[in-house]
Amino acid sequence: MKATLLEMKNISIEFPGVKALDGVDFKTLTGRTHALIGANGAGKSTLMKVLSGAYNHFTGRIYYDGEEINIKEPRDAQVHGIQIVYQEVDTALISYLTVGENIMLNELVSHMGNKQFVNYKQIHKSATEILASLNMDVSSKQLVSELTLAEKQMVLIARATTSDCKFLILDEPTAPLSHTETEKLFEVVARLKANNVGIIFISHRLPELFEICDDITVMRNGRFIIEEKISETSVNRVVEHMIGEKLKNQFPDMEKEIGDLLFEAQDIADGDKITGVDLQVRAGEIIGLAGLVGAGKTEICKALFGATKDATGTIKLHGKKVKVMSPQQAVKNGLALVPEERRKEGVLILENVATNLTSSHLDNFLKVFSFLDFRKERKVANEMVASIGVKTPSIDTKVQNLSGGNQQKVAIGKWLLADADIYIFDEPTKGIDVGSKKDVFELIAALAKRGKGIIYASSELAEIMGITDKVYIIYDGEVTKEVPTKETTEEELLYFSTGGR
Amino acid sequence: MARNADAKKEQGFDFFDFLYRYGTIVTIVVLIILFWLANPVFLQLGNIVNILRSISIVTIIAIGITISLSVNGFDLSVGSTASLTNAVVISMFVWYGQSTPIAIVVALAAALIVGLLNAFLIVKVRIPDMLLTLAMMFIIQGVALTYTRGATISENMIMPDGSYAEGKIAGAFEKLGQVPWIILIMIAVVVFVHILLNYTKHGRYMYVIGGNVEAARLSGIPVNKYKVAAYLLSAAFAGLGGIILASRLMTAEINAGGSYLMDAVAAVFIGLSVLGAGKPNALGTFFGAVLIGILANGLVMMSVPYYAMDIVKGTVLALALALTYYKMK
Repeated sequence: MKATLLEMKNISIEFPGVKALDGVDFKTLTGRTHALIGANGAGKSTLMKVLSGAYNHFTGRIYYDGEEINIKEPRDAQVHGIQIVYQEVDTALISYLTVGENIMLNELVSHMGNKQFVNYKQIHKSATEILASLNMDVSSKQLVSELTLAEKQMVLIARATTSDCKFLILDEPTAPLSHTETEKLFEVVARLKANNVGIIFISHRLPELFEICDDITVMRNGRFIIEEKISETSVNRVVEHMIGEKLKNQFPDMEKEIGDLLFEAQDIADGDKITGVDLQVRAGEIIGLAGLVGAGKTEICKALFGATKDATGTIKLHGKKVKVMSPQQAVKNGLALVPEERRKEGVLILENVATNLTSSHLDNFLKVFSFLDFRKERKVANEMVASIGVKTPSIDTKVQNLSGGNQQKVAIGKWLLADADIYIFDEPTKGIDVGSKKDVFELIAALAKRGKGIIYASSELAEIMGITDKVYIIYDGEVTKEVPTKETTEEELLYFSTGGR
Repeated sequence: MARNADAKKEQGFDFFDFLYRYGTIVTIVVLIILFWLANPVFLQLGNIVNILRSISIVTIIAIGITISLSVNGFDLSVGSTASLTNAVVISMFVWYGQSTPIAIVVALAAALIVGLLNAFLIVKVRIPDMLLTLAMMFIIQGVALTYTRGATISENMIMPDGSYAEGKIAGAFEKLGQVPWIILIMIAVVVFVHILLNYTKHGRYMYVIGGNVEAARLSGIPVNKYKVAAYLLSAAFAGLGGIILASRLMTAEINAGGSYLMDAVAAVFIGLSVLGAGKPNALGTFFGAVLIGILANGLVMMSVPYYAMDIVKGTVLALALALTYYKMK
C-alpha cells in the first residue's frame, strides 16, 4: 500500500493575546503511528484541532499527498479522511442512542440523500461489521449510556473508521483507561495501522508511546521542537526536549520522621464498590493506595472523606473515634481531599484564584458578622501563590485560564491554607505536565515533613514507588496487600494490582 | 488553549469587553439622553422619582430571583408568592381587622412557607428547580385565588354573608407604598443583598455553590443549608414585594403579582454582566430594573402605544443577553 503524506507547515494561531501556536511544522504518513507530545499548554491539542478543522483563523499551510488543502471546518477534514477522537468522549456521543446509531452517525447525517426513513437493520449490520473488524466486544444494539468509558472510546474510534479514514487523531486516549483497556486500545491501533491508517497519538504516558509509536514529535510552548524516530530516541531524551532542561530526579528528598498513629480507618465500605478497607496513617507518613483505574481508590478516598452517602465503618483520629458522615464533618475534623476530577470537583473554574484558595475555610478570613476580610484574603492568597509556585498573572485571574498543573496547585493550595491533619490526594498528577508534577510531589513531601498524614491514591505505580512510605494495594474494592514501599518493587505492585495473590 | 483571557489586559482596549462590563450602564445613559432630548420633562425630579417608584416592586422581587440564581437555582414562583402575600396582608386588615405588624408578619410567614416547600422539594426530593417552581407558581397562584375566592379584596367589600367588611387598612401601612418609603425600602433591599452576596462569607459560599456544587460540597461547605436559605430569601423578598404592592394598590386584586415575574427575570439577566460581574448580583439587578423602568417611562412619554412596549422590552433583554453570552462563548 502506498503511504500518503500529510504535512502541516508553519502553522500559527492566536487567541486573544496569546500565540498558542507559533510556526509549527508537523508531518506524518499513513500506516504509521506518530506520537505528539509536550507539556500541558505546549499546543499539541490546538495543533490537532487545527488539523481537524475546529479553528478557521490559523495561518500556515496544510498539504495532503503533496497538494495544498483547505481545512476551515470539521467537514473539510473529514472529506480528506482526517478524523479525531477527543478526550472527552461523552461530548461526542449521544448517550440515549444505541452503539450502532452512534457509530453510523456520520452516515445518518451526511449520506442519507433523499431517503427519509432510516434503515435500522442496515445500520446495525454495518455497525456490527465495523465492531467485528476492530475486534470490539460490544453489541451494536446496546445503549451508549450503559457503556464503560473505554467502550465509549472504542465506539468513537469505530465511528471514525466508518468513512474512508486516512488519519486518526487520538487525543490522550489512554488517560482514563485501565491496563487491560489500554492493551485493547493498542490492539485496535495496530489493526488500523495495518489497514494503512495513520495514527496521531497524543499522550502524557511516555512508556506507552515507546511501546506503540513509530515516530515522535515534541512540542514546547506552542513551538515545534524536534521530530525523531522512536527507535532512535529514549524516554529521558524526550523528557529533556519537553521541559527544555535536563530532567532531575522527579521525587523530592524523603528524609523525615514518622511519628505516632494519626489516622485509622476500620472496615470502610460503601455498600457498592468497596468492602472492609482498613488503613492506618502515622504522622509524617505518606501511604499509597495503589491500584488500577476502577479498582476503587476514588471510592475509598470519598468514603473516608464522608462524601459517599452510605459509607460505613469506623474512623479514628488521634486515637479517638470521630463521625465523618459528610465532607463538612470531615473538614471540621481536619481531613482534606484533593479530588481526582479537578475541574468537576476540585476547583471553581469560573472564580478567581483567591476565591478558590480560601473557599474551604473562609472562617479564617472573617471580621465581625461574617463580613469578609478582603485584605487578609488577598495577602494570604498572594503568599500561597508565591509559596507553591502557581503560575498565574494575578490572584484575580479566573482558574479556568490556568493550565492543568496550575489548577491542581490551586486545588492543593486551598487545603494547605485550611491546615488539615490528614490530606487525601486522589490521582493528583492526572493530566498535568512533568514540571508541575515535580512541584506537586514537593508540596506533598513538605506536608509530610510538617507531620501531616498523607493518603496518596494513584494508578501511576512509579509515583507510588517514588513518594510513599507504605503501600496498600487495592484490587476490586478491597485491600489485597499492605507492604512498606522499600520492600517492594513496581513489578510486584503491578502483579498484585492486576489481581495476583 | 487556556490563558487567553488574562492576556486581554495587555492588549489594551477590547471593545466587547468594554460593552460586556459597561453595556447596560452605557445603554441607560444613552436612553436618558435620548429621552431628555425628546422631552426635557424626562429629567425633572418628579419624573425620576416616578421612575424609581415604578421599578421598586420589580426590583425587590428580582432581588429574590438574584439570590436563588446565585446558588444556581431558579425561582419562578416569586410572582405568585407576591400575589399571595398581597392577598394575605390585605385580608388581615379588611377581614380580620389586624394591626400593621401582625398583617405583615402573617404575610411574610405565608411567603416563607412557600420558600420552605420549594427548598424541601428541590433539595430533598431533588426535583429540578425550574420545573418545581413552575409547578409551585401554579399552585400558589391557585392558593391565592382560592383564599380570596376569586374576588378582589378591598375595604368595604361585600362579604359572602351579605354584610360589608368592616376592617380598615392602617394609615401607616399605606405609607409603605408611597414616596419616599417605597424607594427607600428598595434601596435598603438592594444594599443589604449586595453586602450579603459580596462582603460576607454567606454570599461567597452561595457563589461557590452556584459555580460548582460538587467542589463546594467537597470543600466542606454545607451546600443544602445554603440552598434552603437561598430559596427562603427568594420567597421572603417576593413576599415583601407583594406586601408593598398591596400598600400601593390598597386592594388585593386577582393575581396582581404574576405580571412582575417576567420583568423581574429580565432585570436579573440584564444585570448579569453589569461591571463585569458575570454572575447574578444585586447592583446589576437594580440597573437591569432601572433600564426597564426608563424604557417604559420614556416610551410612554414619547407616546409609544402600550401594546408595542413589550417589543422594545424583549429586544433590550435579547441585546443584554447577547452581550453576556457573546463574551462567554
